[in-house]
Amino acid sequence: MSDNSSLRTPSQRIAWTATIAISTLVFIFLIAPILAIMPLSFSSSSYLTYPLPGLSLRWYDDFINSPRWMNSLKNSMIIGVASTILSMVLGTLAALGLAQWKSRFKPLVLAFVLSPVVVPGVITAVGLYFFFAPIGLTGSYLGLILAHTALATPFVVITVGATLQSFDTNLARAAASLGASPFYAFRRVILPLILPGLASGALFAFATSFDEVVIVLFMAGPEQRTLPREMFSGIRENISPTITAAAVILTTVSVILLATLEALRRRNERLKAGGA
Amino acid sequence: MVNALLTGANASTEVPLKRRLRRAERTRQVKALVLVLPLLVFLLFTFAGPIAGMLWRSVEDREVRQVLPQTVAALASWDGTDLPDENAYAALASDILAARAAGTIAIAAKRLNYALNGFRTILTSTARNLKAVPERGTARETLGKINPAWRERTTWTTIKDASGPVTGFYLLAALDLVRNADGTIVAAPPDQAIYRDIFARTFLISISVTALCLILGFPVAYLLATLPPARSNLLMIFVLLPFWTSLLVRTCAWIVLLQSKGVVNDSLHWLGIIDEPLRLIYNRFGVCVAMTHVLLPFMILPLYSSMKAISPAYMRAAASLGAPPLAAFLRIYLPQTLPGIGAGSLLVFILALGYYITPALVGGAADQMISYFIALYTTETANWGLASALGAVLLLATLLLALVYGKLVQGRQVTGGMKN
Repeated sequence: MSDNSSLRTPSQRIAWTATIAISTLVFIFLIAPILAIMPLSFSSSSYLTYPLPGLSLRWYDDFINSPRWMNSLKNSMIIGVASTILSMVLGTLAALGLAQWKSRFKPLVLAFVLSPVVVPGVITAVGLYFFFAPIGLTGSYLGLILAHTALATPFVVITVGATLQSFDTNLARAAASLGASPFYAFRRVILPLILPGLASGALFAFATSFDEVVIVLFMAGPEQRTLPREMFSGIRENISPTITAAAVILTTVSVILLATLEALRRRNERLKAGGA
Repeated sequence: MVNALLTGANASTEVPLKRRLRRAERTRQVKALVLVLPLLVFLLFTFAGPIAGMLWRSVEDREVRQVLPQTVAALASWDGTDLPDENAYAALASDILAARAAGTIAIAAKRLNYALNGFRTILTSTARNLKAVPERGTARETLGKINPAWRERTTWTTIKDASGPVTGFYLLAALDLVRNADGTIVAAPPDQAIYRDIFARTFLISISVTALCLILGFPVAYLLATLPPARSNLLMIFVLLPFWTSLLVRTCAWIVLLQSKGVVNDSLHWLGIIDEPLRLIYNRFGVCVAMTHVLLPFMILPLYSSMKAISPAYMRAAASLGAPPLAAFLRIYLPQTLPGIGAGSLLVFILALGYYITPALVGGAADQMISYFIALYTTETANWGLASALGAVLLLATLLLALVYGKLVQGRQVTGGMKN
């Protein structure tokens, strides 16, 4: 509010101050818990409270030297990367198809494709548990990768679809009229333009899999436990500071994903502004 | 471009060109469909199929048919008014002996025990004490001697009701209903009637969380929509960072903060405000706080995008026409945010309904929501019929609300605005 010519009366000023005050409290509510557990992971004591008696990296040391935690991190990476690749392939193809497809069934198909986001995790997990157990897909990496792909693909369809919607098809025609082969036009014109959209889709897909715990709870054997799954048992049993170290590692991954996404969004906006 | 081609073309080639264009369009449509097809097939296998399977399980009733096939066949013609005839008794005796040999008694006993408490004992004691196939015409007497329950009509109606292949038993049980011996649907006995309470609790928690999110989210969304973009983008990080942080991390953080020796209690104690630690977690309060924290971004983002679309000119017009600020807000601004309020509230409510992890970790026994019981019956007690029936009710509620949500945001890119 360009400060604040429209706020003339005292009551308006009070309302605006109240908005700022309440919002500040809400921002603290949103961010404080996440910030509060970070320093605890560097504590030298095993009590999760302030003030910290001293600083140490012993809990990170614990994490790195624990086969259980390291195995779960490895599993999260394997399942996350594999389901990202699979959902990128399926989701990008579907988004390309949906962008061209004209039919009165399209809203129905779109609703079906997006429904894994809406259906409660427990229902998907129970259904998959019944369905995958007889064919030997519970307690296997493949089963988890397939399940996570189903959950992640809707985000790819949404993000890539949004990018394609803003893509100017005349650019492809211009490239063709200037003599570019379809492959060359795709590589040099289309791909650079839709790449940020593809990358955002991949980040969403990875974050979805990396965060998912309900399906893992139902379907993973001891060998396939992921990082959130290990945290779940850790929280259930007894919160040791090693969990706070795991939480900091997970949060760092989230921040990297968020920062990358924001950078992509900015780049996209710059491109759009340049094109206009 | 098409028009230019048509006018430029020779009149005699106009019809074939039209047809060619139509054919090209049709090929394009088929190609588009082929691109979507892999995902559809994939989701059929990894999503729709499993859920359909779960729905089928909520009405499927196979155990008794499999273990006691002759009894089920003999009872098919029984009208249920009096005790069944000698044939049914003989069939049961022979079924029980066969099942004992195959070790499958427990399967039928478990299923029948759901319908009639104590049936497990009736069946296992009969299996234990039945030495051999009773002589012709003495089956009724023999079984009645082993366990007098076989002289009661309810024992037999229970078997007949459970003979499948489909049953409404689990779906009725999920709604605290049973079919009595006469076949009419009545309320379940109070000791079994727990699910309506659990659904009510799930609803209550979800609606409280939705209300909290709206109250806390509205001022924030208003602030973000009103500030100049440079500042609001910066503040947006406060909303997006929690949104991207793992659910487990956030739940863990609340436990660390709120437990009896946690950060909040310690600080309050240190400040001299309290002597005894407050019970802030493993109760309803903890569940509501943690769920509100997790779901708040889902309220703020749709609200923000609906407020962003409101032109400030409306408020200026209202002011210039003499409306007092409060009246202008209530009558001009607020009505325009209603679609955003509706979308955000529905989204939060839908997500809250299916919550499992957060209540399981920060709630007490009396704060577990419906998802917890679905998980419990699936993995712990293996009552898959009931788990599926409860899941079917939750799925139906979710899909109906999602349908309303879809209508509400139709034509508005709430998801697009939210995720980018």
